[in-house]
Amino acid sequence: MQQQQQSASPTAIPFWRDVRVLTVLSQIGFVILLALLAGFFYSNLTTAMRERGLVAGFDFLQRESGFEIGEALIPYKPSDLYSRAFVVGLLNTLLVSVIGIFFATILGVFTGIARLSSNWLVNRIAAAYIEIIRNTPLLVQLVFIYFGVFVKLPPIRDTLELGGMFFANQRGVFIPRPLPSPTFDTWLSFVLIAFVGAFFLWLFLSRHATYRYTFYPLTLPLLWLIVFPLLGWLFASQAPVHFEIPQRERFNFVGGIALSPEFSALLTGLVVYTAAFIAEVVRGGLQAVRRGQLEAARALGLNEAHVLYLIVFPQALRVIVPPLTSQYLNLAKNSSLAIAIGYPDLFNVGATIANQTGQPVPVIMLIMGTYLAMSLTTSLLMNIYNTRVQVLEK
Amino acid sequence: MTTTTTDTLGPPRTSLGVIGWLHKNLFSTWYNTILTLVALWFIYTVLSQLIVWALTAARWEVITANLRLFMVGPFPPEQVWRVWLVLCIVSTLMGLSAGAFGGTLRTFAVWLSAAYATLIVLDLLAEQARPFAAWSRQLAEGGASQFWIAVPGVVWLLVNLALVALGWYVARGRTRWRARLILAWLVSFFVTVALLQGYGRDTWLPEIGTNLWGGLLLTFMLAVVSIVVSFPLGVLLALGRRSKLPAVKIFCILYIELVRGVPLVTILYMTQIMLPLFLPGQLRIDNVTRAIAGMTFFTAAYMAENVRGGLQAIPTGQIEAAHAVGLNDALTTLLIVLPQALRMVIPATVGLFISLFKDTTLATIVALLELLGVGRSVLAQSEFMGLQMEVYLFIAAIFFVFSYAMSFASYRVEEALGVGKR
Repeated sequence: MQQQQQSASPTAIPFWRDVRVLTVLSQIGFVILLALLAGFFYSNLTTAMRERGLVAGFDFLQRESGFEIGEALIPYKPSDLYSRAFVVGLLNTLLVSVIGIFFATILGVFTGIARLSSNWLVNRIAAAYIEIIRNTPLLVQLVFIYFGVFVKLPPIRDTLELGGMFFANQRGVFIPRPLPSPTFDTWLSFVLIAFVGAFFLWLFLSRHATYRYTFYPLTLPLLWLIVFPLLGWLFASQAPVHFEIPQRERFNFVGGIALSPEFSALLTGLVVYTAAFIAEVVRGGLQAVRRGQLEAARALGLNEAHVLYLIVFPQALRVIVPPLTSQYLNLAKNSSLAIAIGYPDLFNVGATIANQTGQPVPVIMLIMGTYLAMSLTTSLLMNIYNTRVQVLEK
Repeated sequence: MTTTTTDTLGPPRTSLGVIGWLHKNLFSTWYNTILTLVALWFIYTVLSQLIVWALTAARWEVITANLRLFMVGPFPPEQVWRVWLVLCIVSTLMGLSAGAFGGTLRTFAVWLSAAYATLIVLDLLAEQARPFAAWSRQLAEGGASQFWIAVPGVVWLLVNLALVALGWYVARGRTRWRARLILAWLVSFFVTVALLQGYGRDTWLPEIGTNLWGGLLLTFMLAVVSIVVSFPLGVLLALGRRSKLPAVKIFCILYIELVRGVPLVTILYMTQIMLPLFLPGQLRIDNVTRAIAGMTFFTAAYMAENVRGGLQAIPTGQIEAAHAVGLNDALTTLLIVLPQALRMVIPATVGLFISLFKDTTLATIVALLELLGVGRSVLAQSEFMGLQMEVYLFIAAIFFVFSYAMSFASYRVEEALGVGKR
């Protein structure tokens, strides 16, 4: 219709009322506005930096850092470069995030199921845990756990002990360290064979039309995955892994894995906090499966295990995965609160670098860029997984 | 005779009785029984230790002695009446809203009154817990008797109680006042800021710099100002993200994803250090404003995502109908889409406000004296060393009460709007 009008009288719509022209013009205007704003900020920034003697650029990364870092996954000393200090911080952040995500998922799923328990008391305890944790700030919980609990642990001579294997005192938490036995390699080959075997078994069973909609395509390979390594254990006649238990010496513990109070407090705080949110996600996902689905599945004669495995989980997972991803991301981002309790994570180390070099601008850019990269990678991976889950559901 | 009585059986029993309830919910199977016993043991251990500690070992005087600090931080004691006046405004509006809206707000008004009543009792009973310690101390130094020392606090609390009741009485059932009340809440927000801020030096209302704001007051101001300012920003960003203009769209997507990908601490740190560098040298902004700016930038991105959810939920038919009656794009958005979308995002916005309210604690890291910051400075005093448990539990309890109340309200609003029930 518009074309007709135009062809009838080409001057009917003057250019200042033509939608196409307006679209382009308004965008150009928007970009110019943004550019002006950016230019204004940039000129201010350069003036301010000149006045304060700040230099732009990332040259400082190649200078000697000169500060200690309490704990590091890679060898680090004060004479190392700032860039290495930065990597140490990044690795610490990744460490606490990955371990935190692992435990938060376990505790969260457990709590989420407990929240749906038909046992009234269990249900109420889970609800109280979730509400208390979700309605108080993480930072308050962290300083409470660190300053209120871990810092106040008894000195070494009164070390708290659990089962003769786990110890806690002012210096931190000490747990057994798993070490490979001499026969570890033999056992490992059994595990590899088990994995390959399980994969082909699964491939075979899932293509096998008769078994397609039953419980077996996954159970049998899983069973195989458990039984074969056990056979390997028997074959090697020795446990593949033995534990080095921390030993108490006069002033400290040796052996085992020593977790600093800062790390322990941060991990505990993050796990407890995130698990409460994950529990709600899990509960929501399980409740999102309609009642009719369950009833229909039972009416078809599936037993409870089949109902869970074939009907509930696939549908619940579809609902759970997206919010679960954002909870994982939140945990990683929340680990930046480590600065309040002195754990040397990415942000803490970055802030120290910014203070020492007096160059906050590039350092902040670097920190934010790193967090952004971490977030984007995680959400990318989880999106791939999510599409898989969605297809599986069909 | 006998046949009629046997024929008419009562309906199946719906209530179970105490024993039946216990059996159904706690001891239905052998593993449920074990779970129940374990849970009972767990509750007993935790609660008994907690209660024994709270009643015997804990030294709660760290709270009572620093109550003013916790509430208003370094706000000048002789000017604290401004905060009390603000609370009076809140009481009045709360009462009026309870009358006009009913429902959850009425529940809140009841809670508020209960809180006032409790404070009156505390004020009369315990000298230590007096809400107006400073005022009372002034009176005590002036040689006033015990009775007169207690009077101002009690009178003020009674006035508040009366304001809530009066507001409810005046506005009850007046549904037409609702729009005006929402406006009044908005106006009261600006009045509050102006009242706390003051103007000039030797006026009746001397200026109090935001560097003197602290405690729960600052926590509230940070959260409320940030959410109010970030609301329009978030709406604009959400509209921009759905815009047909690529330049606007790309900018909005970049902004939203960038902000959502980094922790709030880094943004606070950035505004703290870089905002002064970005602005012209003669324009100096204080710590609190910088923190508010950071929180606003941060919240706006999340708000945008919430609003986008609301916008997406509007059926296309609405937009097509609006076009059909001759509305252009701008008017369609303004008159048809936004009003419906914004109503839908109320619960999500309350959720965002709760998390923002909790996130204000992060301002401690950039050296602001909000509730947690005050707690840390109190713990630095030599006489209160080592009382972390008491102080942090108190702070957590304050946050819990407000967050829980808000999530309760949001839940009720969600139910009233019927979100998620379709």
